[in-house]
This record gives sequence, structure tokens and C-alpha cells, in this order.
Amino acid sequence: MLRVAGVTARYGNITALRGVDLHVSEGELVCLIGPNGAGKTTLMSAVTGLLPVTAGRVLFEGEDVTRDSPDALLRKGLALVPERRRIFADLTVEENLLMGGVTVAPAERRRRLKEMEELFPVLAEKRTLHAGYLSGGQAQQLAIARALMSEPRLVLMDEPSLGLAPALVEVVFQLIQDLKKRGTTLLIVEQNAKKALAVADRAYMLRTGEIVDEASGQDLDRWADLFEAYVGG
Amino acid sequence: MIAVLQQLVDGLGRGSAYALLALGLGLIFGVMHLVNFAHGEPVTVAAYSVYAAAMFGAPWWALAVVAVVAAVLTSLAIEFAGFRRLRAADDFTLLLTSFGIAVLVRAGFSMWVSTTPRQFHRPAWIFDTVRAGPLALEIYDLVVIAVTALTLVGTWLLLQKTMFGLALRAAAEDFDAARLMGARANRLIAGAFALAGLLAGIAAVLILMRRGQAEPDMGLDILLPGLLAAIIGGLGRLEGAVLGGLALGVAQSAFRAWILPNSLSRLTEAAVFGLIALLFIFRPEGILSARRAERV
Repeated sequence: MLRVAGVTARYGNITALRGVDLHVSEGELVCLIGPNGAGKTTLMSAVTGLLPVTAGRVLFEGEDVTRDSPDALLRKGLALVPERRRIFADLTVEENLLMGGVTVAPAERRRRLKEMEELFPVLAEKRTLHAGYLSGGQAQQLAIARALMSEPRLVLMDEPSLGLAPALVEVVFQLIQDLKKRGTTLLIVEQNAKKALAVADRAYMLRTGEIVDEASGQDLDRWADLFEAYVGG
Repeated sequence: MIAVLQQLVDGLGRGSAYALLALGLGLIFGVMHLVNFAHGEPVTVAAYSVYAAAMFGAPWWALAVVAVVAAVLTSLAIEFAGFRRLRAADDFTLLLTSFGIAVLVRAGFSMWVSTTPRQFHRPAWIFDTVRAGPLALEIYDLVVIAVTALTLVGTWLLLQKTMFGLALRAAAEDFDAARLMGARANRLIAGAFALAGLLAGIAAVLILMRRGQAEPDMGLDILLPGLLAAIIGGLGRLEGAVLGGLALGVAQSAFRAWILPNSLSRLTEAAVFGLIALLFIFRPEGILSARRAERV
């Protein structure tokens, strides 16, 4: 569904990604892990068109989308839940959701809004509140719900558990598993490697801008143990 | 009391055009982080269009339409010719470009029309007054206030109740996040310029009815109080821009009427600038600050 082939990208003067190759197949939950500054967020930005790709190609469902803008990619079915959520703090919760459906026809947008408010009761409750007043966990739910408003087929999530209390991390990972069950394909960047590996079908490890390892099946458990030993989960 | 009301109406009338320009500046600042020094030029082009149309004997309602259409088209042309290729440029480049556009427009009218003002007729009722009890109100002020109030309500509805308005507000807060939702960058920015041009066009009508002339450098002249109003209100805060514009107008009226003796009335501008300097010492972020609640 998504193929990243030899992608190189710069962040200022620094080459943040060097010939990254990875792929995500339909229905998979793929996890990208790696230390701080490895280029995980840069990769997300490069794939979604926020950052220009200097070499290599990005293919989405077989189509070359290397030069596509973020809005063009969203219209093709690829959504990003960005790092630090980036919800619109000055807009109400409901307006944030509606904005997530900006590409959708009005009647359909209303229908999906209802659906999201059923899926996320907290958000329904806080509908008219300015999103800046949400707690971290609520804000993360809003960021995910907002991305789902466009009914994407592939969702990229950048650090969905960042800054959340442990109980909320559980909520977010439960949500990720539910999304997978609904047939959504996911590519997730996580610092919380152990949690992410536990739910992933496959995983890539990114270090200093390069993919250094790949795992699936039993190897995932081995990776999780390794992480626990080295960084305490 | 009567005198206060009289000056208030005068000040609101004066401040209305500032508010409309400041609002447009705020909209453009929101989506592009650009302080658009070329935002007075739609007014200049509107003025010359009115001058041209008036030569054919068009009545004022038609001149008003001409002014608004000219301003919207100018604003869109500025975005398309000036800024579209500079999407990735830094804020300073954009600022210089906007200044360059303003200078070019002024030079164009100086070279190809004239450096001296071009006159056209004013509406017949422009200096008439009506008496409301003890108040003597200029019809002009009442028209200005009514038109501005309607324009502001319309703009508010557009921003609050339409998907375009929602996208503009979202983009003003986080442009990339809005693009990630699927909002098209070019359309949003062109939309902001069109709306800003519409507001500038309405401001132009209000200004030109009274001025009755077009000059090459009127754009920058008119822009300055609008820009001040936007900054007073807190750049990017749209309610602030409106408040800033009205406050500036009222302050000018008040200074002229009471605070400065007649012999010093030429110093009104200087006095108002002094007041603004004081405001920035005590409240550098403007009346309404752009700071917002942030939680992790």
C-alpha cells in the first residue's frame, strides 16, 4: 500500500534521512522505532509531503506521490496524526473534527462527526469547548478522531503516546488496535517501543537516518525484550 | 454628553476604514505570517478605477461596485503575481516583496497617470447632516458606521459559519496542520486575499466618497493607520484588529476635539502615535494578545 524507496531528505543543512526503504501492506500495523533524532518525524514529514524529498520515491497504492502536497495525499486516503498532535487550540472540539472532514461533502461530514462522537464519548461531551483546554489524553483522542474524519485507508501516527500518563497510553493503544480491526492500515512511530512492538505486525528500526533492522513475528518479542534491557521499555 | 456622543460618532466613522483594513491585514497575516505592506494598493487601484468610471458619468452606487471589484481583483493579482512563487520564502523576504509591490504600484500610477491627484465627484449628500434631538450627525458618518457594521457581521458569519471560514481560522493557527486535513494551500491563501481585498474595497468606498480624488501614494498613506490598528489589536487577532481600528479613530477624534488646543491640532497624529508608543511599552503584545492556552 505504501512503499518508501531510497528516500533521502534534508532538514536544514543536515541530511536527516539516507536512502530509507520500507513498505506497509494493506491491513498491516507497522511500527517504526528508533532513538531520538533518528529521523522518525522527518520520515513522516517526507512521506506526507510536508518536507521535500531530495532523492528516492514514495509510492502510495502503486502511484508515485513523491511530489504530492499533504492535501493531495489526504485526498488519496493517507492521513497523518502529527507529532505533538497539533490540534487547533483556538477552535472548538467539534470544529476540529469538522476541519478533519474539510474534503468531504457536508452531509457526509455531519454523519462522520456523529460517528466520531459515538466512538469518542469524551469528545462528544466537550464538543463546544476550545480544544486548547483539553487534557493530553483527550487532545490525543481528538487528533486521532480528526484524522479519521476523512476515512483514510492509511494512517500515519507520530508518537501517539508522547506525554501521556500510563493509563492514557493504554487507551491510545487500545484505540490503535481497534482501528486495525476496522481494517485501517497503520504506520506508527513510537518512543514507547515495548507497547508498540506488542501490537505491531512488523517493525523497522531507524537510526541516524537509516533503516538498520527489520522484524516481524517472534523477532518482535525479542526486540521488545532487548528494548526493555537497554532502555527500560 | 452631547459633545462626547458627537465625537464618538465621528471617531467611529474615522476608525471604520482602519478597522476594515486592519481586519484584512490580520487575515493575510494569519495564513501567511506576512505583514502585507501592499494591502493599501487595492485602495489605490480602486480610487483610479472610480476616477476612470466617473469620467463616463457613472452614478455613485455604480462607482462603489467598481471600487469593490477593483480592490478584490487587485488583491488577488498581488497574491498571484507577487506571493504564489514565494510560498517557501522566509517572512522577511515576503515583507520586502510586499513593500516592493506597494512601491511599484505607486510608481506605475505616477508614471502612467500623473503625480498630481485626479478628482472625481462626491455623492451629493456627503456633507449633509441630520438632527437627532440635540445631535447634529453627518449622514456620511452614519453611512460609514452602518456599512462597517454590516460588513463586520457578514465577515463574522463567513468566518464562523462556513467551511471556508473554519479552514481559514484553522490555517491561521497551524497552516501545515490545516494542509494535513486536506485544505488546499493555494485556495486558502487566495481566499484570504480575496476576502481582504473585499474589505479593502469597502474601506475604499468609504474613504473615496469623502476624498473625491485618487493619488499615487494614497495606498501607503491609508495603510499606515490600518497597520497600526492591526498591531494595536494584536496581529492576527481579528477581533483585536477591529477594536484597534475603532480605538484609533476615536482616539484621533478625541485628541482633535478636546485634548489638544486648536493651535496644536496639527499634532494630532504625533499625539496618537505617542499614545500607541505608550501602549506598546505596557502591553507589547497588543490589546488582545495572541498567546493561547497550551497543555501537553
